[in-house]
Order: sequence, then C-alpha cells, then structure tokens
Amino acid sequence: MKRLTAFFSILGKDMRAYYFKPPNISWGLLFPVVWAGMFFIKSGGGAENIVSVLPGMVALSILFGTTSMLAVTVTFERKAKAFERLLLAPIPLGMLMLAKTGGAILFGVLNAFIPFLVGLFLADLSGVAWSVALPAIVMLAVVSAFFGLFVSVSVSEVFEAQTFSNFFRFPMIFLCGLFFPISDLPAYLQPLSYLLPLTYGADILHAAIAGKGTMPPGLDFLALFLFGLLLYLLTLRSIHRRWIL
Amino acid sequence: MMGGSGSTSDSCIEVSGLGKSFGDVTAVDGISFTVRRGELFGFLGPNGAGKTTTINMLTGLARPDRGSLRVGGIDCTRNPKAAQHLIGVVPDESNLYPELNGFDNLCFCGGLYGMRSAERKKRASELLVLFGLEEAGKRRFAEYSRGMKRRLTIAAGIVHRPPVLFLDEPTSGIDVQSARRIRSMLGELHRSGTTVFLTTHYIEEAERMCDRVAFIVGGRIVREDSVARLLHPVMGREVVAVSVAATERIDLGGLAGAFPDYALTVEAGDVLRVESKEPVRVGALVRFLEEQGVQVTEARRKRQSLEDVFVAVTGIGAETMRKEKGGRKGA
Repeated sequence: MKRLTAFFSILGKDMRAYYFKPPNISWGLLFPVVWAGMFFIKSGGGAENIVSVLPGMVALSILFGTTSMLAVTVTFERKAKAFERLLLAPIPLGMLMLAKTGGAILFGVLNAFIPFLVGLFLADLSGVAWSVALPAIVMLAVVSAFFGLFVSVSVSEVFEAQTFSNFFRFPMIFLCGLFFPISDLPAYLQPLSYLLPLTYGADILHAAIAGKGTMPPGLDFLALFLFGLLLYLLTLRSIHRRWIL
Repeated sequence: MMGGSGSTSDSCIEVSGLGKSFGDVTAVDGISFTVRRGELFGFLGPNGAGKTTTINMLTGLARPDRGSLRVGGIDCTRNPKAAQHLIGVVPDESNLYPELNGFDNLCFCGGLYGMRSAERKKRASELLVLFGLEEAGKRRFAEYSRGMKRRLTIAAGIVHRPPVLFLDEPTSGIDVQSARRIRSMLGELHRSGTTVFLTTHYIEEAERMCDRVAFIVGGRIVREDSVARLLHPVMGREVVAVSVAATERIDLGGLAGAFPDYALTVEAGDVLRVESKEPVRVGALVRFLEEQGVQVTEARRKRQSLEDVFVAVTGIGAETMRKEKGGRKGA
C-alpha cells in the first residue's frame, strides 16, 4: 500500500509539474500536426485522404507526446539532483521508473485522441475498430515512454536528451510506414523499418482505422511488447550502472 | 523496527572496513566506525575526504566495493530499500522541485514514504510552522532564498519522522541567522531521540552540536572519539595570539629565556602564538617585545577548540576547509 502511495505521488507530481502545462501540450502536438498536414496536402487534400493520414498522425502524437517531456524531465531532475530524492525513497527501482513513465504514457494516450477529435469533424470514422485501436494506442504509448526513459538515462545533459531523441524520432517518421507504405521505401531501407517499434504500432493503427494493416495484429502486439520489455530492462540496467555507482 | 539481527543493542549505524574507489581514485579506504542510537555524530573532513561517498553508501546511492554497513540492524548492501525506510537524508544541495510550492514539496516527500494524504498534509503544515516557513508555504520553491531552501530541504528530510537522519553540510553557504535556526532544530531532533549523522566542514558547529566526531582525510578515518575526550588534552591550556608588525624581528631565543614556561611558535600572518598551562602574562610579554623593537598590534586570548585538535591531528587548517566551501556570509 505504501509503495502504491509513493507510485501515485510521483505520477501526480509529474503530471502537475510537467505534463499538463500549455507549452508542453503544444510541444507534444505541434510536430504531429505539421507533419500530418504536410502529407495530407501532398496526398491531394481531399476528405477521403483524412482516414489514410490519421493513423500516422495518431502514432506521431503518441511518440512526440510521450518522449518530448520524459527524456528532458528525467535528465533535468537528475542534473538538479532532485532524482536522488526518488532513488532514496523506499520504493523498488522498477516501480519508480514505471511511476516516472506513467505520466508520459497517460499524456501520450490523451494526445492520441486529439487527431481523432479533429478527424470526427472532417471524415467518417464509423469504420474504426476501437477494440484494436485502443489497446494499440496504449501499447504504443508504453513503448514510446520506455524509449524516452531509455534516452534520458543514456545522456547527461538536457540538450543531449533532445538531440538523442530526435536522432531516432525523425527517421522513424519516414521509415515506419506512417504516411506511405514501407514497401515504397528503397529495398535496402526496408529491413531497418522492422527494427523500429513505431512500425508495428503504425501497422496496427492502419489496420484499425483504415483497414490496411500489412501484418497480423497479434504479431504487431507481440513485437511492441518485446520492444517495451527490452527498453525497460535496458533502462534499469543503465540506471544500476550509471546512477547507483 | 530498528535493531535487527546482527547489531549491538545500542548501535544504530555500524560500518566495518568500508571501501570505495572510482577508477584509480580511492574515495573511501577501509573505514570503520559505529554510531550509537540517539547520538549526534559528526563526520569532519576537507573536500574530497570521502564524506559524501560514505553517506551515499550508507543511504543506498552508491555500492561499496568492500566492507559492510548496517543501519538499524539492516544490511545496507543486501537490502538498501529496507534500510531506506529508517532514514531521512538531507543532501548537500537543496534539491526539491522548483516548480512546486513549499507545502506541495513536503506533501510529495511524505508520499514517497507512503504517508496518506491527510497525514502528510498535517505534517507538512506542522513542519512549515516549525521551520518558520508558514508564510512561504504557498510560494514556489524556486522563489525561496538560499536559507529558506535549506530549511525546507531539512524539513523534507524529516517529513516521515525517520529514526536516523543523514545531513550533508546542512548549514553550508547560508546566512548566520538561518544557520543558527537550523542548528537549533537539529538540537531539538537530537533531544527527541533521532540519531543524527552530520557531515560538516564547520568544526565549531560540530564541537557545539556533536556527541562524538570522526576526522576523515584522504578516505581514512584518522581519529574518532567523543568531543569531550578530544578536547581534554587541550583544555586547561591557555593560548594567546600576539599580532606584530614584523615577525622576523622577534628574538624567539631571548623570549624563551625570559618566559621559560611558555611554548612559543610563529604562525603565518605575523602572529606569535603563546601557549601555557598557567595564565599568560600578556602585559609583560608585550612590554618585552616592544623593548626588542617589535611593534605589537594586537594580543588576543584564544579559547582552545576542536578546531585546534583537528589541525593538530590532520595538519589541515580550518581556514582551508572554510575556503574550500566558500565560507558563510557574516559568520
């Protein structure tokens, strides 16, 4: 019970202090809107194209929503030694890191619904398979948050966190089949796409929203789960090695 | 909760052969000491002596390379999270959350130790009053003065009423008034039975507050004893510092002949140090020097202190330690 209290204290503090502040909300939304707008215009700009652009926009909203703040705040807290306060608390390290990612996951999930809300006014979304889309959104938010956490424990400076995040995030926009199929990529780049978790998240969203998935949803979910687990374990290992000297 | 297996009945912190290196640098070199329950223990040493590394190992922020350490009977190397239930830590930097106000910071810290919402709100209000911060409770931590930040950081360290409190340089770099207030609060905590482990470079602070102290230099404990016992050899000796215009003109041989019972040394800064078991005859001493043509600018009796013991044991001047940390304004 005490651990749960600690867990929710960390989660609540992060939500209040970092996530639900106007500049952060705009940061999480700005990039996805710009990128999606670009591809939407390129695809002809018709209402019929909204459904095909929506999965990419949702996936990007989640990716940027979760990683934009988490990578920076953990690095910032670490630099200001505020993170030591959390490491000194009698809460297991794994649970502590879940609490730190909890805020980002929640923020990423909420971000995902903004493109849906916009899409409701512009297109017919009655064909969306919510039973697949909802778990996909949650799963993608979890994996993206763990990716942000992994970045934050791999760097020392706040600016490094942003640079390192973008090093992965921007290539993923083109390589993960968000706005055009992976099969349209040059053959030598296609294997790289399957090494990135966003590919699997985007594929489920394409299947759930536009009915155009390329892999079985079960395989996509399994891949996301494995990516999440790997990033989580790598993060814990990194903390033990780098922070608890 | 305290005093598990393996600990003696009155020992609260037990450290044996503790060592820690960072690459080729040995930060802590096989130190051993015990802190008794309810004791205020001072850990004194210059920068880089190994004080913070020792605290980090005791609190679970660093892993020892060798040796054992127990807090409240719990083996900190095997079960650091269990030991963390017993301890409160006040780090050397005021590391609360700048975007939260004082009250929310304290509530958050209570939450980290599993305190329920109503309980931590009550405790946060109590502590804000106790630390003279009730007016500042609704202000953001970022807007606090350095002294206020320090007070709130200490309050955060005791929000969960820990039986053992680690304080790393609690009064470093703050104004005299805040430092005095913090010392008074630590005294109250000590009287209420909290075991306090204090690292400081202010030796007079340790002398005033601590029951026992350990001097650590270069990762090794060079002396550990009660303050009373450490002071015993120098108590009853009188020291007079005579400031002169130019020490090179002092005829130490002639002076020693005239005052055979005095131990005479010339210190840096044109000061003649006179030490004696009997009261020093300052008038006669000054007259003798002036007859020699030495211009005396000041003669001052000095109280023998832990600082003198520290200098004698470690060879490190207390002024050097103060300068390393930037000193205290107005102290």
